[in-house]
Amino acid sequence: MAELISLSALGLMLSLFLGLLRALLGPNAGDRMVATQLIGTAGVGMLLLLSLLLDQRALIDVALILALLAAVAAAAFTGQQQETRHD
Amino acid sequence: MIDALSSMLIVGGVLFYLAGSIGLLRLPDLYSRLHALTKADNLGLGLLTAGLALHSQDLLTALKLLLIWLAVLAASAASAHLIARHARRQEAGS
Amino acid sequence: MSTTSLLILDGLLLISMVSLAWAALTSSDERRCVILFMAFGLVLALAWARLLAPDVALAEAAIGAGLSGGLLLTAVRERPQSAPTGRTDSVDNRHGSRMGLTLHWVVTTLSAALAVTLAWALGHAFSRGPQDSLAQAVSANLAASGVGNPVTAVLLNFRAYDTLLELAVLLTALLGIFALGRARPGYLAAGPVFDGLARWLVPVLILAAGYLLWVGAHAPGGAFQAGATLAAAGVVLRLAGRPDIGLPHGIALRIAMAAGVGIFLLVGLGLLLLGRPFLGYPPAWAGALILMIESAAMVAIAATLMLAFLGGRPESFGLQAVHEGPAAPPVVVPRSEAPEAMSRAEFETPEARDRFTKEENRC
Repeated sequence: MAELISLSALGLMLSLFLGLLRALLGPNAGDRMVATQLIGTAGVGMLLLLSLLLDQRALIDVALILALLAAVAAAAFTGQQQETRHD
Repeated sequence: MIDALSSMLIVGGVLFYLAGSIGLLRLPDLYSRLHALTKADNLGLGLLTAGLALHSQDLLTALKLLLIWLAVLAASAASAHLIARHARRQEAGS
Repeated sequence: MSTTSLLILDGLLLISMVSLAWAALTSSDERRCVILFMAFGLVLALAWARLLAPDVALAEAAIGAGLSGGLLLTAVRERPQSAPTGRTDSVDNRHGSRMGLTLHWVVTTLSAALAVTLAWALGHAFSRGPQDSLAQAVSANLAASGVGNPVTAVLLNFRAYDTLLELAVLLTALLGIFALGRARPGYLAAGPVFDGLARWLVPVLILAAGYLLWVGAHAPGGAFQAGATLAAAGVVLRLAGRPDIGLPHGIALRIAMAAGVGIFLLVGLGLLLLGRPFLGYPPAWAGALILMIESAAMVAIAATLMLAFLGGRPESFGLQAVHEGPAAPPVVVPRSEAPEAMSRAEFETPEARDRFTKEENRC
């Protein structure tokens, strides 16, 4: 079982790595933002697998916090302010 | 028996994750890449948490896993909407 | 087999971190730098998890991946755009090439010195055996510290003085933020999707903060992580277009800002009066005292991070706000072009939104 979990963690790391390529390549900021979201979701999955593999139940809490904060970055990226100041 | 089911779920989840990432790399447009992200990744995470919940030691952990999945589901849906709307506005503006 | 996969996983993590860091530092476009830096924070949290440091991974996930991403993105779009392209050039173009060259060499020398020091420290750490490390001493004295989590024991008991000084540094940084002027104007009201998300996300984040504070006594967690999560709740409120970031007003805000340092000093001086050393908790009360200090520290840290996101002094900071009741939702700050000031209702029309969208089309 441990082998399967570690192989799955490797698979997730691979998918994170592919998302990273998009983050580095992506022609515009929207693509990079999408890639960052993918890195976040893959990170959540990896943390859950690592919590089982390394026997650290606290990593589930880390995954929870990461999941909850995933939307904050996207909202900060796209939010419009009431007015833009020209200092 | 539980091990077999859980292994299948976890492997299925990882396969969907990989499919999502390959989609992110190969699809031509931001909007189609958003599809790859939100649909494939969230399903992958759902399968993953289902497989891990079978291994959890108590009910609290299983509920935490469920909460994680629901939070990622809602957050990535909202982020995808925001990013797509932002990209649309940029196209319309410039 | 599993060790091989873990090895490959570690290798991929390393490559990702280095390439993300390199790309984030050498990009010419600011937004690209910030987004890559956020991705770097996420991968760094994974690295901490892999190194069996869940407390740091929690802090990195809350602060590095979530909050500083939001902070930096807001800061990037605030920059005064003097050049039409909006790119940041190096210092050379603005102050002349001589200043640029000197600065360049100073920074290079300092970075090299830092790298050499880190390499020496790393070599030193590898050459010592586990019996020399302080982890043994901590585990031996954990029972007397009042908590079960060794990280919390070190932060709040064995090295409580360091934490007091850290909180004082945070307070000083806060005063520096206040010196920048008034808070930025808020965000436009969010559409139904993000608004709906915020409606349940903010309460869940507050609950998660309380959970992290409570669980920090016997499992990874603690005041810093809880404070960052609480601040994230306020940031979500602000991004959803609510006028209020969730901070209290007037006197209560001042108390919240000073809570961390204040409670430490109160406890420390109280213990001095009782004849014990400064911050030397009696073992019977240590658990309760630590929880009290952590709660106050959580409030102070959350207030600092939220005010950092606001970017300045909020309108509710003035003492007279206490008498007026809750602050009114801030209307558009009148600028010199007063006739262009619109009421909030006019803001929410699509045309008004599109007008302001053009300001941000840079990437």
